[in-house]
Amino acid sequence: MSESRNAILGKLRAGRDAHPLTPPESDFAVLRNKRWDGAERLERIKRMMEAVHTEFLETTEADWPADVQAFLTAQGTRNLLFGPATEAGGRLSSEWAASGMAGGPELIPYADRVETFKERLFDGIDAGITTTLGAIADTGSLIVWPTPEEPRLMSLVPHMHLALLRADALYDTFWQAMTENRWADGMPTNALLISGPSKTADIEQTLAYGVHGPKRLVVVIVR
Amino acid sequence: MGETSINFAKASSAALQDQQLRGNFRRAMDGLMSKRAVQFADTAEWNGVRTLGASVRLRALSKLPELLEKLEANCTKNGIQVHWASTTDEANAIVLSIMQRVNAKLVVKGKSMVSEEMHLNAFLEKHGIESLESDLGEYIVQLDEAMPSHIIMPAIHMNTKQIAHLFKQKIKEAEYTEDVAQLTDLARRVLRKKFATADVGISGVNMAVAETGTLCLVENEGNGRMSTTVPPVHIAVMGLEKVVEKLEDVPPVISLLTRSATAQPITTYVNMISSPRKEGEKDGPNEIHLVILDNGRSGIYADEELRNTLRCIRCGACMNHCPVYTKVGGHAYQAPYPGPIGSILMPQVEGLEKRGELPHACTMCNACVEICPVKIPIVEIMGRLRSEAVHPGDAVRGAGSHASKAEAMVWKGWSMTYASPLAYQFATALLAKLGNAAPASLPLLKEWTNVRAKPRFANRTLHALAREKGIPDV
Ligand code: SF4
Repeated sequence: MSESRNAILGKLRAGRDAHPLTPPESDFAVLRNKRWDGAERLERIKRMMEAVHTEFLETTEADWPADVQAFLTAQGTRNLLFGPATEAGGRLSSEWAASGMAGGPELIPYADRVETFKERLFDGIDAGITTTLGAIADTGSLIVWPTPEEPRLMSLVPHMHLALLRADALYDTFWQAMTENRWADGMPTNALLISGPSKTADIEQTLAYGVHGPKRLVVVIVR
Repeated sequence: MGETSINFAKASSAALQDQQLRGNFRRAMDGLMSKRAVQFADTAEWNGVRTLGASVRLRALSKLPELLEKLEANCTKNGIQVHWASTTDEANAIVLSIMQRVNAKLVVKGKSMVSEEMHLNAFLEKHGIESLESDLGEYIVQLDEAMPSHIIMPAIHMNTKQIAHLFKQKIKEAEYTEDVAQLTDLARRVLRKKFATADVGISGVNMAVAETGTLCLVENEGNGRMSTTVPPVHIAVMGLEKVVEKLEDVPPVISLLTRSATAQPITTYVNMISSPRKEGEKDGPNEIHLVILDNGRSGIYADEELRNTLRCIRCGACMNHCPVYTKVGGHAYQAPYPGPIGSILMPQVEGLEKRGELPHACTMCNACVEICPVKIPIVEIMGRLRSEAVHPGDAVRGAGSHASKAEAMVWKGWSMTYASPLAYQFATALLAKLGNAAPASLPLLKEWTNVRAKPRFANRTLHALAREKGIPDV
């Protein structure tokens, strides 16, 4: 196969060197200049995400585990997949255990490799909760970087995805989020932008939600 | 024309007779055009991001061999195995050898135009491997044993009723319904089982970042995430032009892509995949393979003008705005890439002898050029290919294959008439006298008069009228 590699690269090089190409400068000003102020950012994120069926739950740093529990109980959600080794996961398990709320959802830890957990994951889980690295005002997108403690499928397979968003972790643009945080210095296995529940318009341009991934996306805004 | 030549004229006239098809396309394209216009209502922003997008693509092309090497090095460092394929046969063989090594029986696929180019599904089927399309549109088209008719919306040629019948007929547990939510739910149930049990996931690549060795994939459904996360092996296939230099080049291109394609500010999911499952991670594939396909692209790249074809980000906006595509639909092109971009790309990839008719599927109205988010001079390239089709040359395979003696003689006669004032006067005087006597059923004229009034010649020539007004002939 390396024969093809060398042939392809050789051909490209010869082609380019015979007719070099001088590209125009890349001017990122159009992205650099997109700015919203603090309150407007959150408003914009909500507006854009609500337009694609995202739901929002407003809460505080102190109350979010209880508020999430009350919300899911009211929805009749049977269980919630969570990352037990994260700080947020730690709070969920200790505070839910202490609350003694009867009839509330059961907490299910994503603690095993998917190979041993697949059947349960695909067939028996109503909701999953993950943290986020923030959100983007320009497009209304959550930034999600799965980790060993919060694996990739948590935000994909359960029918409802809850995402914790700190109200002070907002960016103007995707470009700003990646350049300010120097993503290029080290990308994770999988980085994601998520901008709503799974959807399709493949049947006669009619929008339908929840085609493969979560049917509902609930952003828990933590102030 | 060789026997494998594609007959666009015949296919498009059949499509024009199909009122249902024309209605389906008309509605869809009108909607897409107006929604897209809203996304780019701010002209200054459109100009800025478009200029940036074009510069990102041009910069990538200017360093293409170096960036591909860098991509390979960084992917390898990240644990992604990189393969190179000169032809689609070679790419198919690479994919198959990976599958055979892991003894794969079932493959789930995200949408990938390059895999359409490779006819990968049919190839895998021949080798006893079930390859299931998981994008809803592609799934519908696969059930229908048809080809996608649009690069972004593969099943856009069908309406809900047709899809409802198809599902009832092809899916065991299906009840007949025209409710889109229920149809979608049915597909969800069928495909979820497949995601959970597939041995390999295949995806395309919207962009590969040389700087970080990252594969970017945009999608709305989550099937891309499923295919690249659940099965133990992920194989990504990409055309060699899909590389960009830096991570920061990704946001402007994605913004242009999603807004141009479906008028969304962004898709539901933007996946950036940089490595297989790492130590301690609980899910994700254990192996990722990246297959980089040439299939004629390095030849296109060698030509200064044609090279611009490789800027394309596959947004499909040129199709949505093309007066030819919107009337005849994608199937008439009989190609994985239809519409304006297909009309210039296919002849370059598959040769003019087979695809030389496609550059004629164009009114030269320039709508595609005005809309193209990376400013590809589609119409210029179209003209170039038209002339390559009839003249010998070495830039595009099959150059000269559409040369016709009769056509050459007509043009020669035309140019001689126009070069000689005497011949010109004689010809125009003759047409003014006798032109209207020509019956509408004459060959060549017939094709025009089928759907239009026969042109009428004035009984005096412009030159004669000018002379009467005292304007002398020069
Ligand atoms: S040629 Fe331009 S408009 Fe057409 S698909 Fe490619 S990028 Fe989009």
